[in-house]
Amino acid sequence: MKRATHIVLFFGTIILIWWLAVASGRWSPVILPSPASVADYLWSSTLDGSLLDATVVTVRRLLVGYLIGVAIGLPVGLIASRSQLIEDTVGSLALGFQTLPSVCWVPLALIWFGQTETAMLFVVIMGTVWSVIIATDHGARSIPPIFSRAARTMGSEGFHQWTRVILPASLPFLVSGMKQGWAFAWRSLMAAEIYVTILTGFGLGHLLHYGRELNAMEQVIGVMLVIVVIGLAADRVLFSPWERFLHRRWGTNLQQS
Amino acid sequence: MMRLPLVPARPQPPAQPRSRSRAAKLVVEGITKWYRTGAANVHALDDISLEIGNGEFVCLVGASGCGKSTLLDIMAGLTKADAGRVLADGEPVVRPGRQRLVMFQEPALFPWLTAFGNVMFGLKLRDDLSNRERREIAWEHLALVGLDEFAYANIHELSGGMKQRVALARVLAPDPQVLLMDEPFAALDAMTRDQLYGDIQRIWSESGKTIVFVTHDVREAVCLGDRVVLMSPRPGHIGREFKISLPRPRDINSPALAELAAQTAAALKEAGAASR
Repeated sequence: MKRATHIVLFFGTIILIWWLAVASGRWSPVILPSPASVADYLWSSTLDGSLLDATVVTVRRLLVGYLIGVAIGLPVGLIASRSQLIEDTVGSLALGFQTLPSVCWVPLALIWFGQTETAMLFVVIMGTVWSVIIATDHGARSIPPIFSRAARTMGSEGFHQWTRVILPASLPFLVSGMKQGWAFAWRSLMAAEIYVTILTGFGLGHLLHYGRELNAMEQVIGVMLVIVVIGLAADRVLFSPWERFLHRRWGTNLQQS
Repeated sequence: MMRLPLVPARPQPPAQPRSRSRAAKLVVEGITKWYRTGAANVHALDDISLEIGNGEFVCLVGASGCGKSTLLDIMAGLTKADAGRVLADGEPVVRPGRQRLVMFQEPALFPWLTAFGNVMFGLKLRDDLSNRERREIAWEHLALVGLDEFAYANIHELSGGMKQRVALARVLAPDPQVLLMDEPFAALDAMTRDQLYGDIQRIWSESGKTIVFVTHDVREAVCLGDRVVLMSPRPGHIGREFKISLPRPRDINSPALAELAAQTAAALKEAGAASR
């Protein structure tokens, strides 16, 4: 309860400072909108459905692209951890592309796929897949070999060993890899949406972009808040349960807030 | 809960005509092993031959680096020898087999499973059991090592001794004929170890399993083994053997055992000095 009070006090203070800055009248509302006008934008755009529609479009792109990225990245990373050939080839490719900021894929995606959903998905997948491969690969390499040895003596081989030993043993690393992949997917999608107009769907990035074009700062800040909330919610819904399970089972007591 | 006998009756392998009174369970024939690490070649094992009878408790004793763990790995089928072979029930060992389970110095329990899940791991790989039978056997063995109350505990919540007990239950549950133990109690405190000496002797005499137990502790070997085989390093080879005929259950702190251990340790020291 005490912690909750601290949190409320902290954010209350920020909003109060914001409101005082607006009330001082030093900045025009075009530069610094008041908290009330941002709230008003959020309320009215929720009512007319434009915010919700954009959120649905963006989250759908994000989820589909992310899931494809993970579905490719996890197995490739696991295989790379066990095969020197794959590690030397696909592994070094992944290492190289992981350093490439994913917004750099946007020009290529536009030329290959045009202003389409496919281009958006492509950017998200490219943002996700390499970091998932790297994290999974490193994770699976750091599994103590004793687990495999013990499993082998009990008759666990091949597919059974992959699914019952290597996969669960690397779970902590997989989750952190997937979390990292999620962060990259989210960033690359926002960059792509702000950068490119897609006719088939109007996402949060576009709302942000047009907020700037229309000098509607309350829209820009409102959409930014929505983006933050989606990021936090994803962390809570997608990853926190896993992390809690891992901390309980493995006994790694990283205190989660 | 239905109680299952610890050792289901199984057809005995046909008796081999051998000089020993008991049929040999494990035969090690001329095992030689080199480790090639960069520039240095280490001659780990040199032409090791050994016979282990059915139901025998044999302790391999030697200083660290004498190749005893390597020899155990080769018996388990986890490591390949450069020359020679290991026969289990007359069949050459080429890979790990369910009839020869290994207990390692570290518990090697799977942290993603509970204690119960760990004991179930090997049982789930036995196709001849129904799920109900598997669960019953797992409970049975957790009770055998005195941990049925901790069945659903996470591994990190158990003490070192409890972890090794779970590991013991895990290797016993699938009912292997041979247990290969690689200094399983070395990392435990003395009191826990003394308890486990009692447990392992009781389990061995009730189940009639063949046990090969590797240790660097002569006293431990004399306490547990029917036969203590000394190994010497550089390259690893077999030295003298001692038959231990003290009555069981043996107490590691008894004076008779201490005296015998002292004699054995002296022989080990001699052999170590001779190989230098």
